[in-house]
Amino acid sequence: MAYKKSPQAFKASINAVTIGTGDSAVTLGGENVMPLYTFDAPIEHRPAVGIAVSDTGIRTDLPKLDEFYEGATTLLDRAQKAAQLKEADFLSIVLDAADPNGDNRSVEDCVAEVKAIADAVDKPLVIEGCKNVEKDTELFSKVAEALQGKNVLLLSAREENYKTVGASTVMAYQQKMGAESADDINLAKQLNVLITQLGVDPGSVVMNVGTAAAGYGFEYVVSTMDRVKSAALEQNDGMLQMPIVTPVASEAWTVKESLVSGDDIPEWGDVEERGIQMEVTTAAACLASGSNAVILMHPESVKTISAFVADLM
Amino acid sequence: MALKGLDIFKLTPKTNCKECGSPTCMAFSMKVAQGAISIDKCPHMSQEALDKLSEATAPLMKTITVGAGEAAHQLGGETVLYRHEKKFVNRNLFAVTVTPETFDEKWEQVKGIDYDRIGERMYVEALALEYTGDADAYAALAEKAKATGRALILDCDDAAAARKALEVVGDAKPLLNGASAANADEFAALAQEFKCVLGVSGATLDELHDTVEAIEGKGLKDLVLNCSTASAKDAFEYAVQIRRSDLKGQDRTFGYPSIVNVAKLAPGDAHLQEAYASLFTVKYGSIVVMEEMSYADALPLYGLRQNVFTDPQKPMTVEPGIYPLNGADENAPIATTVDFALTYFVVSGELERAGVPVNLVISDAGGYSVLTSWAAGKLSASSIAKFISENGIADKIKSRKLIIPGKVAVLKGELEQKLPDFEIIVAPNEATDLVKFMKQFA
Ligand code: B12
Ligand code: SF4
Repeated sequence: MAYKKSPQAFKASINAVTIGTGDSAVTLGGENVMPLYTFDAPIEHRPAVGIAVSDTGIRTDLPKLDEFYEGATTLLDRAQKAAQLKEADFLSIVLDAADPNGDNRSVEDCVAEVKAIADAVDKPLVIEGCKNVEKDTELFSKVAEALQGKNVLLLSAREENYKTVGASTVMAYQQKMGAESADDINLAKQLNVLITQLGVDPGSVVMNVGTAAAGYGFEYVVSTMDRVKSAALEQNDGMLQMPIVTPVASEAWTVKESLVSGDDIPEWGDVEERGIQMEVTTAAACLASGSNAVILMHPESVKTISAFVADLM
Repeated sequence: MALKGLDIFKLTPKTNCKECGSPTCMAFSMKVAQGAISIDKCPHMSQEALDKLSEATAPLMKTITVGAGEAAHQLGGETVLYRHEKKFVNRNLFAVTVTPETFDEKWEQVKGIDYDRIGERMYVEALALEYTGDADAYAALAEKAKATGRALILDCDDAAAARKALEVVGDAKPLLNGASAANADEFAALAQEFKCVLGVSGATLDELHDTVEAIEGKGLKDLVLNCSTASAKDAFEYAVQIRRSDLKGQDRTFGYPSIVNVAKLAPGDAHLQEAYASLFTVKYGSIVVMEEMSYADALPLYGLRQNVFTDPQKPMTVEPGIYPLNGADENAPIATTVDFALTYFVVSGELERAGVPVNLVISDAGGYSVLTSWAAGKLSASSIAKFISENGIADKIKSRKLIIPGKVAVLKGELEQKLPDFEIIVAPNEATDLVKFMKQFA
C-alpha cells in the first residue's frame, strides 16, 4: 500500500499574543498544530528567543560571556548590548536584586532603571521579578504603570498574587502578563480560569507552566506541556490556549554541570561550554514540548536556538 | 488494524467453556482486545483464527536488537506517542561518527565518556562508521571499531565495501545502514546473509515507504528507518510521521525504530547538533548520531534522556534509611534529604566529593524533590523527627549534629523544638556548595 500522509492540523489554535510595539514587536503562539509540526500546517509565528539580563550582574567565570558584555558596567549597558544581538527576538530584564532576602533594591530604583532601558532599546521587553511574591506584585504594578504604551510582558503572576497583578498590569495599563504554575496541567488551567474571571482578556495572558534543567525532573516539563497542548488543540480548551513562555536560563545555569569549574572536575572540561550545552539542550527540549518562547542567558545559546528554530520553520 | 472485542469474539468457538479463566467467550475477547490477556489462553481456537489474530494483535512497532553480546541494544517497541500515556520502552542510543582518519582521536574522547547517573551507565553506545571510498580502509576501520566493544553502525551504501566490512564484523551484528531505493535488492541480500539489521533510507517518505515494503517482501523484518538528512525540518518531519503513521495510523510499514544523523544536519557545529540531539531525544529518534561527544555534550543529553524514559506512574526513589558515606561511623554528623532518586544521586555525589564522613539519612518523602515534598506536606519538621525516632537513628548514631537542606531552612526552628538534643545546621541551597560547606564544617 502506498504511504498515506494524514496531516493533523486542528480547528482550535493557540492564542496569538504580541509583545512590544512597531517593527520590533513579536507575536507568540497562533499555531494550530503540535509544537514545530510545520508539516501539518504552516506556523505563522515562529517560536521566539529572548535574552535575559539580570540586575545582579553577570558571572565572571565565563570568558565568552564577559567578552560579549565587555565595557558594560550597568544593567542599562548590558541591556543595550544584549538588545543588539540580532538573533534575540526580545529582551528579558530580571530584577533579581529586588529580592528582600538579597539586595532588597527598592521598587523605585528598579522601575527607574527599567524605564531607562525601555527608552534606550527597541526590542520588546519582558520583565522577570525576583520570585518574592509581595515584592514582585509591587514591582509588576509599578513597572506596568511606568512603561505604559510599551506593551511589555510581566513574568509572572502566581496563585498568590494574580488578582493584583492582573488588575494592575493588563487591566489598568494594557500590558501582557504571565501565569506561572508548577508542572501540573490542572494548576495551570485553574490559574488561567481565575485570571480570566477577573476580567483579564485571555489574549493578554501567556503561561509559564514550569520548567527544570535537562536531567533535573524534565520529564514533568515534557508531560505537562504535552498535555497542555493536546488539551488546547484537540479538546479546544480555551483555558489552556495561552502561549507558553519558558525562562530557561534560571534553571540551566544553576545546576552542577553549569556551575562547577573545570579545575574541580578536570575531565568535564570548560564550564562555559557545559553551561551553553545545558542551556541549549534544555531550550530545544522545551521548544520540542511546546514552549512558544524561551528565555536564555548566554548569547551563544541564543544564536544556536535561533538557528534551530529557523531551520525547523 | 487493531481488532475490537467483537471481531475477536467472532473467531472464538462461542461455547463459554471457561477454560481460559473468563466466564464467557465474549468476556475473554474483550480482555484480548485490551491486551490484558493473550489469545493462546483459549485452547480451542482454530489455527486459522490464531493466524488471523496474531497479525492483528502483533505490536505496532517492532523491537529490534542491534549489536551483539555486551553491545546488544534494544530499539523501538514503543506503544504511545506521549510519555504521560505510558512509559516509553526503549531509550534512544547515542552514536558518534568515525572514519579511518578520525577513529583514533575520536575513540580516545568517546571512551572517556563513561559514568554513572542514578544507577544508569552513561556512554556512547554505538559508533557510526562513515564510508569514505576506500573499501579496504573501511574493513580495517570496522575491525578496529569492533574491538571497542560498542555497537556498530555501517554507514555505507556501497555493497562491495559493506560486504568486506561485514566479513570482518558480521558477528557483531552491526546495523547495516545503507539500503535505499537504488540498492534495495543488494542490501537486503547482504542483511539476510549476515543476519544483521538493515537501515533503510528514502528521498521522500513515500519512497521510504515503498522501499520498506519491497524489502519486507523479501522476508526481512529487522529494519531501522533513516530520517532525512536534507534539512532539520525534513528530518523532524520524518521522525514524527514515521512514529505517528505507525502508532496512530496503524501503518505497520513504518513500525520500526528510526535513526537520525544530526552530524549531517549541522556539520562542525556542536551547539546546533546538541539542539537537534535534544529535539530527537524528546521526539522519536531511536538512534541519534553526532559528530563528537564531549562531557559538555553528554551531561545534559544523557540527563534529558534519562528523564524522558522514566515511568510516569512512579517517581524513581531510593530506600529510606541511613547511608554512611566516606567511611562514616556513629560519630559522624547526620545530613538529611528526601528519597527522590535524583536528589539522592546529586546530594550523595557531592558529599562523596567533599570526602568528609557523614551519615546521610533519607526519610520517606513520597519520592519527591525537597521543595516539592515540602510543598506537598511530605517533608516537614514532624516527618523528619518522626523518621529519626521511629527508626532508632538517635541510638544508631551518636552525633547530635543534623544538617538540613538549605531549601527548607524554614524547618530549623520547629526541628529544634522537636529534636531538642540536636544541633540543627542549615546547609546551602544547592548541593554543589556542599563540598566547600562540608570541608569548613569538618
Ligand atoms: C518536577 C517538579 C514537580 C513534580 C515532582 C517531581 C519530584 N519527583 O519531585 C510534580 C509535578 C509531581 C510536582 C508537584 C508539585 N509541585 Co513541584 N516542582 C517540580 C520542579 C519543576 C523540579 C523539582 C526537581 O525535580 N528538582 C530537582 C531536585 C534534585 O532538587 P532538590 O530535591 O531540591 O535537590 C536540590 C537541592 O535541594 C539540594 N539538596 C537536596 N537535599 C539536600 C541536602 C543537603 C544537606 C544540601 C546541602 C542540599 C540538598 O541539592 C539538589 C541540587 O542542588 C520544581 C521547580 C524547579 N525547577 O525546581 C517544582 C517545585 C518544587 N514544585 C512546587 C510545588 C508548589 C508543587 C506542588 C505543591 C504543586 C501543587 N500545588 O500541587 C506539587 C506537590 C506534589 C503533590 N501535590 O503531591 C514549587 C515549590 C514552591 C515552594 N517554594 O514551596 C516548585 C519550586 C515550583 C515553583 N516555582 O512553584 N512538582
Ligand atoms: S476457553 Fe475459549 S472457548 Fe472456552 S470460554 Fe474461553 S474463549 Fe470461550
